[in-house]
Amino acid sequence: MREAALPEAQVGIEGFQMKKTTVFMAFALGVALAMPAAPAAAVTFRHAFQGDLKGLDPYTLNETFTQAMLGNVYEGLTRRDANLKIVPGLAESWETPEPTRWRFHLRRGVKFAGGEPFTADDVIFSFDRVRQPESEFKTRVPSDARIEKIDDYTIDFVLARPNPTLPAEWDTWYILSKSWAEANGATNVQPATGAQLNAFALKSNGTGPYIITSHEPGVKTTFKKNPGWWGWKDAPGNVDEVVFTTIKQDATRVAALLSGELDMIEPVPVQDMQRVASNSTTDMLAGPELRTIHLFMDQKRDELKYSSVKGKNPFKDIRVRKAFYEAIDIEAIKTKVMRGMSTPAALLITPQLYSRAGEFKRLPYDPADAKKLLAEAGYPDGFELTMHCPNDRYVNDEQICLAVTSMLAKIGVKAKLEALPKAVFFGRAGLAGGYDTSFGMLGWTPSGFDSLNIFQNLTGCRDDKGNGSPFNYGGYCNPKVDALIPKISVETDPEKRLDYITQAYRMLTDDVSHIPLHQQALSWGVSKKVKLVQRADDILLYQWVVKSE
Amino acid sequence: MLHYVLKRIGGAILVLVVVALIAFVLFRFVGDPINQMVGQDVSVADRERLRQMLGLDDSIVVQLARFLWNALHFDFGVSYQFKEKVTTLVAARFPATFELSLAASIFAIVVGIPVGAYTGIRPKALMSRAFMALSLIGVSLPTFLIGILLIYVFAVRLQWLPSYGRGETVQIGFWRTGFLTKSGLAALVMPSITLGLFQLTLIARLVRAEMLEVMRADFIRFARARGLSERAVNFRHALKNTLVPVVTIIGLQIGSIVAFSIITETVFQWPGMGLLFITSVQNADIPVMAAYLMMVAIIFVTINLTVDLLYLAIDPRIRLGSAQA
Repeated sequence: MREAALPEAQVGIEGFQMKKTTVFMAFALGVALAMPAAPAAAVTFRHAFQGDLKGLDPYTLNETFTQAMLGNVYEGLTRRDANLKIVPGLAESWETPEPTRWRFHLRRGVKFAGGEPFTADDVIFSFDRVRQPESEFKTRVPSDARIEKIDDYTIDFVLARPNPTLPAEWDTWYILSKSWAEANGATNVQPATGAQLNAFALKSNGTGPYIITSHEPGVKTTFKKNPGWWGWKDAPGNVDEVVFTTIKQDATRVAALLSGELDMIEPVPVQDMQRVASNSTTDMLAGPELRTIHLFMDQKRDELKYSSVKGKNPFKDIRVRKAFYEAIDIEAIKTKVMRGMSTPAALLITPQLYSRAGEFKRLPYDPADAKKLLAEAGYPDGFELTMHCPNDRYVNDEQICLAVTSMLAKIGVKAKLEALPKAVFFGRAGLAGGYDTSFGMLGWTPSGFDSLNIFQNLTGCRDDKGNGSPFNYGGYCNPKVDALIPKISVETDPEKRLDYITQAYRMLTDDVSHIPLHQQALSWGVSKKVKLVQRADDILLYQWVVKSE
Repeated sequence: MLHYVLKRIGGAILVLVVVALIAFVLFRFVGDPINQMVGQDVSVADRERLRQMLGLDDSIVVQLARFLWNALHFDFGVSYQFKEKVTTLVAARFPATFELSLAASIFAIVVGIPVGAYTGIRPKALMSRAFMALSLIGVSLPTFLIGILLIYVFAVRLQWLPSYGRGETVQIGFWRTGFLTKSGLAALVMPSITLGLFQLTLIARLVRAEMLEVMRADFIRFARARGLSERAVNFRHALKNTLVPVVTIIGLQIGSIVAFSIITETVFQWPGMGLLFITSVQNADIPVMAAYLMMVAIIFVTINLTVDLLYLAIDPRIRLGSAQA
């Protein structure tokens, strides 16, 4: 099986609590035996996030936060450990007797929260349910795959072509109980539109370490420990009850952590990180996140929609793209805008998910050369254009864009910033608005934690209807990169596959297809009473939370 | 007279229709609901299918007609973000907003009237000057800042009061109340002060101005001449006479307390309708936005209609005027 290429411990960001994170990891990985006996009083962990838990059907919304929360209740055939490595979940082991046949041996003696025993039938049911049209996890299972039940605890997945990354995406394909779903009328996936409502929208029934006891949408969700969970012997957590609340206001969220009303908040706004870190009862956990923030440039239209240049598209000229890249002082963005809480990126993927990332370097910050390149391209006095950015999506998104516009001003490009709320931004700059933008900012985390997702969604050629790579906002197109996609998706030899991936990245960076900026830092504020594991995919699992009174 | 009543009711309905129209226009600028609804990886074809299911690709006229028709039936559908019926959601959130507005109004009245009376009776006293200066701050500081300041002092520094939420609540039938638990009452203190402060200063200033006016009136001088106690003059005669306009203003302010509660609820993460509305704007959750806007419009229209009809009962000139018309 393929193992995610991840470093053993997370890489820290200067100045903040790296040591602490490492200690937490050690805690999670090896200290289970050293745990003191559980105290008599129930331990309650209070957790707040800026957004809402939007529905409990695990196939409705493919979004990190929902997956993370439901990961406390449900389990996939595989799981990821503290270092994001794939480890056995509801399947105890798996093998590939032939390249297109995956055999999974299921864990015995597992029960759902409702008491239903877990068997191969539940996997078959989940396999069919996850491929329904309303499911957002359809791609977790290849559409032409078949399932064969060998016995109650053995199943085979038969594929049309080899797929080296199959188990890597199955940690978030959660397995549901067939009999419970049938008894509760929840065999169909809850549609995202809410056109129909089913029992899984507001209820849950999983095999995982916690059980949802109440769910008030947008207000509060409570979890209680599932003492019968099979995995407790390896999990150090001691939390009996979890109260999750949404707190939208940054200032209120931070205040509630500082006052001791909460044990953990995410995110801590950049301007409050120092305060949370220096406070005597709280700590800041700020490992790098997997998402990469980048700038896109419209290379598709023959004339830019929002620019002073008429009759041609300057971004079609690689010298202009290169000039924009070289105009950006990424260190200044890191120190001034992000206050150290970012890791500059040379690629559209974080080095944590791509082991040969070290071979790539950012283009240097060189405004003089950038000016020269612009002059060579025929714009000695620069030009004007509009930049579109979200203002409530990524950490300091609007400020980053503002910094970019002033850096571009130094090479003579007058960029006017239009910062928009995320709903408006994505509605306009994305497919729904017909890619109505010339230049702007986007962030992307490859789901499945694999480069293939980037080539499929972010960098492949696309038409105006979004066929191809729908999130390639700038419409960059190099058929040679696209030609590698089929090879990468079926290659089972890890070395060869990595080689194809590297070739693709090489072409992308040579073409200056996008301007990668950085990985923002995770920003969890945690009470000193609490020890937990911060995974780079921003997922907190309660089974690793240890709280002392 | 019937003519007058019909005219007012007709006007009220017209206002509701106009609000519905404006709301519908606004929805076209909140962004793409589909993008807020689905995860990043969802394919183009699936997005199109959802768009069709919601009827977002119909012509504007069809969409408008459907929206008006549903709004007339108070059928707002299911919230895009929470997968729950909008009517259920709003009904669950309404008690929180109602209790907060009630507590804020009581705070504003109970503190505002005595302060106004005192400063009206003794306009030159040091205390009065201090009150007036403070009230100026109360009027000019934004609600948001007041909330954050209170949180900083009473939650972070002193740790007396909770900084967010409603505390423990008790479910009585369909109503979820925070009045019956200690933590529920504690959670109510800061949000009600934040929400009520503006109304408080308004009431205090109004009472003060009325008091200054009344104290100069002849009947007060006669009351003094009759040898009535200072207390009887101030409260039985003067204050009582100031209360008519004050009561009118308080009534009219109920609507704006509900409207202002959006900010207070956001600061304190108070799970009321205002917070629900803000979330729905961020998520382009059109069904919730529509329900909230229509509901606030109905509250305002009902209050105004009641006031109009009360005038009719109080002021005979309106009755006569409409009879001649």
